[in-house]
Amino acid sequence: MIAEIGHFSLILAFVLAIIQGTLPLIGAGRRDKGRDNFGWTGLARPAAIGQFLFISMAFLSLTISFITSDFSLSVVVANSNSALPLLYKVSAVWGNHEGSMLLWVFILSLFGLCVVVFGKNLPLGLRARVLSIQGLISVGFLLFILFTSNPFLRLDPAPFDGRDLNPLLQDPGLAFHPPFLYLGYVGFSMAFSFAVAALIEGRVDPAWARWVRPWTLAAWCALTLGIGLGSWWAYYELGWGGFWFWDPVENASLIPWLAGTALLHSATVVEKRDAMKSWTVLLAILTFSLSLIGTFLVRSGVLTSVHSFATDPTRGVFILALLIVTIGGSLILFAWRAPALKPGGMFAPVSREGFLLLNNLLLSCAAGTVLIGTLYPLFLDAVGGDKVSVGPPFFNATFLPIAVPLVLAMVIGPLLSWKRGDLRQALRRLSVVAVLTLTCVAAILFYDRGGQPLAALGIGMAAWLFFGTATELVQRLRIGRIPAIESWRRAAHQPRAYYGMVLAHAGLAVVIAGITGGSMWRSEHIQAQHIGETVEVAGYNFTLTTVEAETGPNYTMDTARIEVSKKGRNITTLSPEKRIYDVSAMPTTEAAIHSSLKGDLYVALGDQQIFDTGEEAWTTRIWFNPLVPWIWAGVLIMVLGGLVSLADRRHRIGAPRRATERTAERTAVRR
Amino acid sequence: MSENENDTLQTPSPKKSRPMTRKRRRLYIVLIAMGFLFAAGALVLSALRDNLVFFYSPTEILEREIQPGQRIRIGGLVEEASVVQASGEVSVMFRVTDLTQTIPVVFTGVLPDLFREGQGVIAEGSLNEDGVFQATNVLAKHDENYMPPEVAEALKKSGRWQEGAEMNGENGENAAP
Repeated sequence: MIAEIGHFSLILAFVLAIIQGTLPLIGAGRRDKGRDNFGWTGLARPAAIGQFLFISMAFLSLTISFITSDFSLSVVVANSNSALPLLYKVSAVWGNHEGSMLLWVFILSLFGLCVVVFGKNLPLGLRARVLSIQGLISVGFLLFILFTSNPFLRLDPAPFDGRDLNPLLQDPGLAFHPPFLYLGYVGFSMAFSFAVAALIEGRVDPAWARWVRPWTLAAWCALTLGIGLGSWWAYYELGWGGFWFWDPVENASLIPWLAGTALLHSATVVEKRDAMKSWTVLLAILTFSLSLIGTFLVRSGVLTSVHSFATDPTRGVFILALLIVTIGGSLILFAWRAPALKPGGMFAPVSREGFLLLNNLLLSCAAGTVLIGTLYPLFLDAVGGDKVSVGPPFFNATFLPIAVPLVLAMVIGPLLSWKRGDLRQALRRLSVVAVLTLTCVAAILFYDRGGQPLAALGIGMAAWLFFGTATELVQRLRIGRIPAIESWRRAAHQPRAYYGMVLAHAGLAVVIAGITGGSMWRSEHIQAQHIGETVEVAGYNFTLTTVEAETGPNYTMDTARIEVSKKGRNITTLSPEKRIYDVSAMPTTEAAIHSSLKGDLYVALGDQQIFDTGEEAWTTRIWFNPLVPWIWAGVLIMVLGGLVSLADRRHRIGAPRRATERTAERTAVRR
Repeated sequence: MSENENDTLQTPSPKKSRPMTRKRRRLYIVLIAMGFLFAAGALVLSALRDNLVFFYSPTEILEREIQPGQRIRIGGLVEEASVVQASGEVSVMFRVTDLTQTIPVVFTGVLPDLFREGQGVIAEGSLNEDGVFQATNVLAKHDENYMPPEVAEALKKSGRWQEGAEMNGENGENAAP
C-alpha cells in the first residue's frame, strides 16, 4: 500500500513537473510582450510546492518501506536485511540506483521549494522561468525513474529476507556522503536555471549575480563536504591508507567542484563589476552539465565501482539522451542568446578582475584535464582501441603544474584593487610572506634531505597561501598600526563574505599541507606479525598483543589489539578489525586510526598465517601518515568559510533591487 | 556587443594608460586563454604518452610478446588452487588465467578483501625476465559477485564466457555464494 502511494505520488509529481516546466515559461514570455498570460506565470509557485510535496511523499514511502523491511519491494530485497541497524536501513534508501535517483529529484524539488520560500523578492518573470527550468530538469529525471528505475517495483512472491546492503556502505561516513554530494550536484542546477532564465530574458546584471551566488555557494559547501566525506571514508574503510586515488568516481565529483569554484569567483566579478557576464553564464551551464556527467559516469555503469549500480543498458542510453538534450540545448541557447547580452565593464589585465579571470582559466584547465584523463579510457574503448587505465601519475603530472600558479595567484589577487591594480605594490606587501615561505621551504629541504623535493614545493605552497591570506587580513585591519580598538572596529565592518574568503583560502592551505604530508612522508610497513611481536614504524613501536573473535550486530570479526608506544611511553591501543558480514559473506577491513596534529597512526589487519611449525602470525599493515588529519580539518574550514560567506548581509536583504536602484547600489558597493 | 566597440577604459591616473578598446582587450583575453589551453593540452598529451597503462589478458601478453619492465595491467581469473603464500612471508604467488593461457603472478602486500580463487582479478605491475608478473597493486573489486569488465572481455575473447551467466556470477566464480 505504502509503496503504491509512493508510486502514484511520483506519477503525479511527473504530471505537475510537465505543467511547471511549460506553462510558466510560456506565460512569462507572453507577459514580457505585454499580452495576457492567463495567470500562467503565477502557476510556477504552486506547481513547485506541489512537486515538493509529492516527491517527498514518494521518498518518505520508500524510506518507510526500508525501515519496515517490506521485502515485497525488489529494491528493499536487494539492498536491505531485517538484521541491518536502523541507520543503515535509512541510508540503504539511497545506497542503490533507484533510491539514489529518487534522492536526486527529491533534492531538486527541495531547491524548487527554496526558490519559492526565499525568492519572494525575485522579479515575477525571472522566478517563473527559473522554476520552469527546474521543472524541465525534473521532467527528465522523473521520466528516467518511472520508466527505467522504478524503486517501487513489487516482487511476487516476496522473499523471506533481504540480500543486505553492501557491507562497505554500512558506515556512517558513507551514509551521509551521497546526500551531501547530491546537494552539491543538484544545487548547481539552480545556477543553471538562473543562467538559462537570464539567457531567455537576455539580461545579466549585478542583481542577477547576487541572486545566483548564494545558491552556488550553498551547493559548493555541500559538494566540498561531500567530497571530503567520501575521501575520509575511502581513507579509513578501504584499508589502503590513501585518501585520494584519482578513481574515475572521485574525479566525477572533483570536476564539477573545480568548475563550481570557478563559477563562485566569476559570479563575484559580475556582482561587483558587471563584467565577465557571458563567461559566467557559460560557466553556470558547464558546471551543472559536469554535475550531470558526474551523475551519469557514476550511475550508468560505464565506470565499474562500488558506486555504479546500473548495469542495464537502457538506463545508460536514457541518461545519455538526457545529457545531450540538457547540455546541447543549453549550449545552443547560449550560442544564440549570449551575443545579445550587454557587454560589461572594462578592466586592466592586472586587477582584481584580471586575477579572478586567471583563477577561472586555471580552474577550467584543471577541470578539463581531469575530465580528459577520466574519459580517455572510455573513449579509447568506445572506438575499439586498447584497454587502458589512466592512473595517479597522469593526474599528478597535469594537475600539479596548474595548481602551483593557481595558488600563487590566490594570494596576489585579493591584494589588487578592482579595475586596475598595482602589481608592484602588491608584491611589496607580500615580501614578509615570501621570506616566511622560503624559510619553510629551506627548513623542509634541510630536515628532509634525500626526500622528494615535491614535499618542499607542497609545504611552500601551503605556507605561501596561509601566510599570504593572513597578511592580507592583518594589513586590511591594520593590526599593530592603529590602536587595537580601531582595528577591532575595522574588523567589525568587514563584510562576512570577506571572512568567508579568508577562511576558505586558509582552509585550502591546510588541505594542501595535509595532502603533501600524507602523500610524501608516509611510511608503510607490511609484515607477518606474531602475537607479542613488536614492529617499529616511524619511531613508534607497535606490539600485537591479542587477536580475538568477536560478534557485531550483523557480522562476525577478528579484532586485534595493538599497543602503540614511543620511547617506552604508552600512547594508545589500536583495534583493527576484519569483519565478515553474515548475509553477504563479504569480508571488510576496518582500519584502526589514532589521530593527532602530527599525523595518523593507521593499522589494518590482514589474514592469519599458520606456519609449518604451527606458530601463528597475522599479516598487519602499519602506516604513519603525517598531517593527514589536516586534510579533514582544512575541508571543514573551507566549508565554514562558505557558510560564513553565505550568511553575508547582502544575500539576506537588499537582494531584490534591480535596474532603477542599480546606480545607487553600485556606489554603495564601491567602498 | 557592437554598440560599445570603441569604449576606452577610463582611469583616474592617465599617466600609464593607453587607450584600450574593448576589441583589443577581448583579443588579449582570448590570446591568453588560448595560451593556457595550448599549455594544458601539451601537458595532457605528454602525460598521456608517459602514463598510460595498457590492459592485457594472459593470452594477449603471450601473443604480443610484452617486454619485461613495461608497466601493464593484466586481468583474468585467479586459477583454482594456485594461491601459495610462502611461510612467514607476506609475498603471495598465484596464477591469473583467461582459461586459455596462464601467467604466474607474485605480489608483496595484503591482498584485497575480495581476492579469492576462481574470481576475477586485475593486477598492475610488470613482467620480469622469467615471465613472472611482479604485481605492485592487486584489485579485486567491491562486490562479491563483481566481474571486472576487462576480465569479462578477456574471457569472451578466449571463448570461455558463458552468456547469461554474468548476473549469477557463474563465470568461473565457484567461490561466490
